Amino acid sequence: MSDKRAIVLYLHVHQPYRVRHYTALDVGHRHDYFDAPEGGRENNADIVRKVAYKSYLPTNEHLQRMLETHPDFKLSLSITGTVLEQFERYAPEVLASFQRLVATGRVEIVAETYHHSLAFFYNRDEFEQQVVMHREKVQQLFGVTPTAFRNTELSYNNDLAYWADKAGYTAILCEGWDPVMGWRSPNFVYQPAFTSNIRALTKNYKLSDDIAFRFSNRFWEEYPLTTDKFLDWANASWDQPLLNLFMDYETFGEHQWADSGIFGFLEHLPKAWLANNSHTFMTVSQAAESFPAVDTLDCPQTITWADTERDLTAWLGNRMQQGAISSLYGLTDMVMSTNNLSLIEDWRRLQTSDHFYYMCTKYFNDGDVHAYFSPYQTPYDAYINFMNSYHDLKYRLAEAGQPV
Amino acid sequence: MKILMLGWELPPHHTGGMGVVCYQMCKELAQSGADIEFILPYTAEFPNIDFMTVNPALPEGVTEVIGSMAGSTYDSQYFTYVDNKGNSRGVQMHEHQSAYTQYVAKLARLNEYDVIHAHDWLTFRAALAAKQLTAKPLFVHVHATEFDRSGGSYGNPLVREIEHMGLLLADKIFAISQATKDTIVREYNIDPAKIEIVHNAMELEESELHEDTSVNTFTYLQIMQGRGYKVILSAGRLTIQKGLIHLLEAFAKVVEKRPKTILLVVGSGEQYTELIEHSAVLGLSGNVIFTGRINGTGKTWRDAFRVANLFVMPSVSEPFGLTPFEALLQHTPALISKQSGASELLRNVLKLDYWDIEEMSNQILAVCNNSDLEITLAEEGSAELANITWKRSVQKMMHHYQLHAHKQKVLHV
Repeated sequence: MSDKRAIVLYLHVHQPYRVRHYTALDVGHRHDYFDAPEGGRENNADIVRKVAYKSYLPTNEHLQRMLETHPDFKLSLSITGTVLEQFERYAPEVLASFQRLVATGRVEIVAETYHHSLAFFYNRDEFEQQVVMHREKVQQLFGVTPTAFRNTELSYNNDLAYWADKAGYTAILCEGWDPVMGWRSPNFVYQPAFTSNIRALTKNYKLSDDIAFRFSNRFWEEYPLTTDKFLDWANASWDQPLLNLFMDYETFGEHQWADSGIFGFLEHLPKAWLANNSHTFMTVSQAAESFPAVDTLDCPQTITWADTERDLTAWLGNRMQQGAISSLYGLTDMVMSTNNLSLIEDWRRLQTSDHFYYMCTKYFNDGDVHAYFSPYQTPYDAYINFMNSYHDLKYRLAEAGQPV
Repeated sequence: MKILMLGWELPPHHTGGMGVVCYQMCKELAQSGADIEFILPYTAEFPNIDFMTVNPALPEGVTEVIGSMAGSTYDSQYFTYVDNKGNSRGVQMHEHQSAYTQYVAKLARLNEYDVIHAHDWLTFRAALAAKQLTAKPLFVHVHATEFDRSGGSYGNPLVREIEHMGLLLADKIFAISQATKDTIVREYNIDPAKIEIVHNAMELEESELHEDTSVNTFTYLQIMQGRGYKVILSAGRLTIQKGLIHLLEAFAKVVEKRPKTILLVVGSGEQYTELIEHSAVLGLSGNVIFTGRINGTGKTWRDAFRVANLFVMPSVSEPFGLTPFEALLQHTPALISKQSGASELLRNVLKLDYWDIEEMSNQILAVCNNSDLEITLAEEGSAELANITWKRSVQKMMHHYQLHAHKQKVLHV
């Protein structure tokens, strides 16, 4: 058991393969759903290069320097298979910079599905295959084997924890959401209900979202957020062992732009935190084994880290989303029995949760955060492109002799 | 607030969307306490209207003016004058416009109004005469300009001149969309500060529809839907700026992919025969149904919107476009061109450029082939419609009436 209080910084790195403007007249004629023309809003290479320039390269440079300057600084990353592939293809210098971080031995890679999918809720075999694919990709590129697990969008329930426990993971991540936590603080280690060895780390959403969502919001009463102010808030729970700061990696430079001062904040935080001798940083697996579980965490319902509802409705809330995803998983057996690797891969790329997020009509009328992340003008455009791709998959299955 | 309101039509005796708009707007204005005297160019009964006074503009010695609603455009209308001896004679639209002006001038001299409110160029001469006589604040309401009606060319110079005078001398201009405001600024050189955008809404209730049918007109279409057919609806005047040739071209591609699709074309107009011919040339005779003209506030019209799986308004130019609102009111999803004023306002509809035929067929096919899309668009669209109300627009109008009526009083004390 550690006698130091630890910040557990965990960043999630992901880019989907966005579907291009793919029309009903393309179905049966071309199968290049993910190849938007250059300059198009859905062009994946353009987006990855743009985010590399704004976020991945400068952030990794900062992180690398922080690792070199502060021997106690540590962090954890989850990097999806779909973004790793795109780094390899469109931005190899970004991949190399991540590899340098991991090579320090103080950056842990967290396991997840290769395709950032919701397969856990639809097809357990497919889910497990995607987890294996991701593990192998991480081993191949980083030479490490993950011991902690996070599911897409931090979705979590008792079932998932049970699965991860049986699969041998020692830690699992979830949102520290009030209805589940009750009176309990997210700054402790918990044991998921009905498990033996695994430990749950719960996101401190208040302090995490202060950075991830509110940092550059001039209308926020606490604006601007300084490290002093932030550490004041953090120190309010000085007698609790952990501070779980979980967020999208792209917070740095993409969601919060460089001119907001986010990089300065990132660089200052470890210095200011470590100025106190009883403070340290830990990776997720390290935190899980450094402190005893104080209680069991029972979560029969599915929670995520999205929207005010913290459930799956951002992806599965309306009929378009529900229809699209169940149609896609309805093809599972036929797709698998073709043994056609490019068809299977296209089908898997369509499983990426982002596609369903783009179809979300919640808040569409307010033009909010959902719109910021979507390359499409409306949720309906997203749905139409997706379903046309789906119909083309069926066309290819029919051609392959499947009884569609 | 006493308003002298000058209009050209009111339902059920009307040809276009402007009458429906005036009806709903005045109803809400009356709710907000306005006392409206509405002057029409013809004599008719309005059993639905008890919230304002409706008077026909009668020339000297004429007891009844019969308007023809058959014409597809306003300037091709003609009127019949009937005198107290029962003699009748026909007059052209322009002659009657002068008579309308004289009647309004007489009225303005005799009565006291707080403001004058005129709808489109047909009433502008009368409005200007009334303003000149009384110095009361003049509000002109622009539903469409001659620029719009002539498909983006100069149009009729006489009409342009009347419009220009009205816009220049008005104390305030109400434009029904940002696009219309832009047109007024660009084409008529009017100061944008003088123009307020007052969006239309669609809140006709079931009880306000008149009984032009006792049966469901579209039983045939329902039977076909039961056999896997989808019904696409277009409704409005059959003129070039409605973009129906593009729709037929797109529909041909739809039928190629999905033969069980029917296009229902509601309306009449100068393109009627051309469109029938064109659909035959495209081999669509079996898939396109033309109903001819249907009254826009009757139950048949409503039934057409109700039976359809998708309403399409592919207008080349449309200052506002009330029909997609009517579709959403009947829980039918809508596909509209970005060139319409309605597209500024509605979010939960499909939108495209009217010339993009491939995208039009893509979106029509998407709705026909995915009922989840049809249902989501209908649900979200209707929910959105509930927040687009006349109340909001009328509050804005009342505010400006009061401002100008007050200013006028101060100046004259």
